[in-house]
Amino acid sequence: MTTNALRMDKPVEQSLLDSGVQGIIGKGIERIDGPLKVAGQATYSAEYDFPNLAYGFLVRATFPAGKISSIDAEGAKAMPGVVDVVVDLKTFIRNAQQGGETEAPTQGVKDVAYFGEPVAIVVAESYEIARDAAQLVAVRYEPAEGVFTFDDHVDDAIKPPPGSMPPYHSQGDLDAAMADAAFTIDNVWRTPSQNSAAMEPHASIALWDDDGLTLYGSLQMPSSDKQQLAKSLGERQSKVRIVARYIGGGFGSKLGISPDTVATAIAAKAVGRPVKTVMTRQQVFDATVRRSNTQQRFRLAADADGKLTGIGHETLCSNLPGEGYFEPAGQATQFLYGGENRIIKHDLVELNRTLSGSMRAPGEAVGLLAQENAMDELAEQIGIDPIELRRINDPAQDPQKDIPYSTRSLTRCLDAGAKAFGWEQRNRTPGAKREGDWLIGHGMAATTRTNMLQPSEAAVSIGPDGRALVETDMTDIGTGTYTILAQIAGEMLGLPIERVAVHLGDTKSPPGAGSGGSWGAGSSGSSVYLAAQALREKLAKAMGVEADDLTLKDGHAIAGNRRVAIGELVGDGITATGSIEPGKQEKETTQASYGAHFCEVKVHAVTGEVRVTRWHSTFEAGRILNQQTARSQCIGGIVFGIGTALTEEAVHDDRDGRIVNHDLVEYHVPVHADIPHMDIVFLDERDPHANPLHAKGIGELGIGGAGAAVTNAIYNATGVRVRDYPATLDKLLEGLPAV
Amino acid sequence: MKLFDYAKADSAEAAVREGADRDTKFIAGGTNLLDLMKLQVETPARLVDISRLPLNDIEEIEGGGVRIGALVPNSDLAADPIIRERYEVLSRALLAGASGQLRNKASTGGNLLQRTRCYYFYETAARCNKRVPGSGCDAQEGFNRILAILGTSEHCIATHPSDMAVAMRALDATIVTLGSDGERRRIPIGDFYRLPGDTPDVENVLRVGELITHVELPPAPAGRQTYRKVRDRASYAFALVSVAGIVAIEDGKISSAQLAFGGLGPMPWRDSAVENALIGRAPSDALFGEAADLLLRDAKGFGSNDFKIPLTRRTLIATLRELTA
Repeated sequence: MTTNALRMDKPVEQSLLDSGVQGIIGKGIERIDGPLKVAGQATYSAEYDFPNLAYGFLVRATFPAGKISSIDAEGAKAMPGVVDVVVDLKTFIRNAQQGGETEAPTQGVKDVAYFGEPVAIVVAESYEIARDAAQLVAVRYEPAEGVFTFDDHVDDAIKPPPGSMPPYHSQGDLDAAMADAAFTIDNVWRTPSQNSAAMEPHASIALWDDDGLTLYGSLQMPSSDKQQLAKSLGERQSKVRIVARYIGGGFGSKLGISPDTVATAIAAKAVGRPVKTVMTRQQVFDATVRRSNTQQRFRLAADADGKLTGIGHETLCSNLPGEGYFEPAGQATQFLYGGENRIIKHDLVELNRTLSGSMRAPGEAVGLLAQENAMDELAEQIGIDPIELRRINDPAQDPQKDIPYSTRSLTRCLDAGAKAFGWEQRNRTPGAKREGDWLIGHGMAATTRTNMLQPSEAAVSIGPDGRALVETDMTDIGTGTYTILAQIAGEMLGLPIERVAVHLGDTKSPPGAGSGGSWGAGSSGSSVYLAAQALREKLAKAMGVEADDLTLKDGHAIAGNRRVAIGELVGDGITATGSIEPGKQEKETTQASYGAHFCEVKVHAVTGEVRVTRWHSTFEAGRILNQQTARSQCIGGIVFGIGTALTEEAVHDDRDGRIVNHDLVEYHVPVHADIPHMDIVFLDERDPHANPLHAKGIGELGIGGAGAAVTNAIYNATGVRVRDYPATLDKLLEGLPAV
Repeated sequence: MKLFDYAKADSAEAAVREGADRDTKFIAGGTNLLDLMKLQVETPARLVDISRLPLNDIEEIEGGGVRIGALVPNSDLAADPIIRERYEVLSRALLAGASGQLRNKASTGGNLLQRTRCYYFYETAARCNKRVPGSGCDAQEGFNRILAILGTSEHCIATHPSDMAVAMRALDATIVTLGSDGERRRIPIGDFYRLPGDTPDVENVLRVGELITHVELPPAPAGRQTYRKVRDRASYAFALVSVAGIVAIEDGKISSAQLAFGGLGPMPWRDSAVENALIGRAPSDALFGEAADLLLRDAKGFGSNDFKIPLTRRTLIATLRELTA
């Protein structure tokens, strides 16, 4: 098979998507998997049925720290309908794995490290019986001392190993800059633990046969998940297949395998039957992945003109002992604004709380709350428009790495967004605008999200029927991957979208990038692009012309005065593989998407209830592959940001670290009534440094800064600065007018 | 969920016969009971399905009141023209509760019997005197943002979560029941719920097997009605505090006041001292402040719910201002 491989060592100046004439790239085409989803025909992980299927239910530890001395499952095993209670304290994984890791996660559950840790699995003839029996399993243990409170242990924080960024960076002398500055900000922001709250809970079905294990799992990154699972089970990778065709949201919580994945595989082997395990909502909260709580000291130093001379961003976050992952809150701080004296630090407090890991825009989602609130405070102190402050501090090149930006349109986004929103007509005096019982305020914030490229492969074939098939183990977690891959293949090969089929989420296919870090479209889209490029060469050869002289449109190859149906040029069918990997471009340029949020809120003057009433965002993320799915991605991100600002908080009980409000009744994500019409605009741009598509990441762009825009608007409405997220009404009451 | 037996009742009489057992529960909409059964907070051995009983009517009764069948869905009750016109506070309260889907399913009788939303009541690994009498209360020293500030005991600080029941309390509704012995009781809503004391597991005066068949509302009260609910998001959240208010004014003075509160106590809260302080006096911010102080004279916060005290004060004053404007 032909392979067309590309390492991004140089910019790709010309994208074939710009010379394609099919006209489907960029269009707001509806999701090609949409009809299946609304008709209930898209099969999610828990929705497969197999002969002799048994049902698993995870048994949890109801204590937060201790050594298991015995597990008494006799009562459960005696229940009619119970097949077995499977205990494997060595092989069960303690917690989920982080995304992209190729090793097993922390393994062994004899030493329990958090409340709700899965320590056994009941297998029964029905889900209800398994769940009932799980309540009967008695887990006996020697209690151990746990560490549960964050505030009491900040002095014990450790320096974590490097993650998506180094934990520490320092340049110049920030203290001196602060001392010399005309204007300074030095405040502490706090953000709580959060849960991704994907609609679909984590679920696994495991089947063993002579070929090994097939695991139907709600997993975002099948190729690395397969390696994690194989290593956890001590199996060869070739013996493990993962299928994840449809995923009902992941937001990071399904990047790596989770306790149900391994437990279900172990259980299926033990009972010699296929086993299905679906986590309850409470288990998703207790035993998958949370976004860490953070405490962030943010400092700004500016000269008399508002030019930044220093930035300090010191973050404390938390994780289970030994995990090392830290919330990279300073990620955007590295490159969003200038200022020569800089400190960016992350320290980790080890706690007996459930694992923390990636949740939508790890880093930016909470780091930009502090940064963009701080910029708002600084603009007010200086007495200038917050947009002007950002314009003044829009650097010509990366202030830490001294390398150019690939493309950067922050100021363009700010200006275009301000105009579209009517920023000039904003309320300018905090607390001054009142309509009846409602105080009205306006706020804005910038956003950015680092652009990443991951190694990714895809196979594209064309059959004699003139239809194309795209195959990769890339996933669509609700983002629109199915659709944009079909658009890319269709544009490249001159096929209407209905003649392109896309098969995703099966590790039998070439290894894709997986969905995470906003890299999915750029990475897996590029591999489809490269495979299609190779097919164009083949079609050109079959036509006897150079690829540059070939036009592909509506299922026909056109060269000179000849027009031939593509199916007639492929014999029994042709296939090519495309393969992309990151190269020097990511070292030589700083790549990121940008945007600006503008919003209006009303705050009830009596009760402090906050309602977001108007929203506009302008974004730049290189080429927009599909206006509709891109818009949906941005709206989804902004809704997360509004939830972060106003309601979302996974509350830990200080006595045992458990998440008290572990369901969707009391963990408040925004509902429809909380979200106004979203006015979203994309600036048209191309980023040749990013990938051959010239597209940059968009899935996590919307969330960054969105929450800060809301709290900046709350300040504008009330005069109350909330730095302790979320801004629930109790935090506003004292600052509201007397009744 | 524990396995359970299931029986369908085709008459109220059959239902109470079938239901005369401590381990049996009636099920109508099931919007709360099924969740609790999944978590094994409720573990009935048997369910008697009453959803097919002919208790779906809303009818005017002699003397000007209204009789509501226990199975009338919350959505239907909220939309009923008589309720909307004469008992606006009830319609508003219903529409402030839950979500559209839940309101379509939830019944009038079931809504009255909702269990608390205390986080620790829902967690079988936590101590909770309401769930397991004598086990203790993890809420008082724990996270208690949504819990009670009035009517609590050292054993329990749970709130009653209903919006509908708060409006019915303000309206002086009567709960009509059928006992397993065939006896009909008419229980004023003010006598229906119990304070937790040292038996927080006992939430009302219903006897084993006793079935709510109807709720009767007295003739529509004079004055203006409103339901003000303060919550953490715009929809689908329980009340942090809510006020069901009905206030009439004659000759510039408050002639009658019926005020009930949600989110504050273990039952829809009503305090006659507050109403008496208002009646016969001219509306003023000072008077409303006095009423709020009276309401909150014994209020006690437990840490994360302390804010409910100032929030209630502000909300009551603003609501009274609106009702008397």
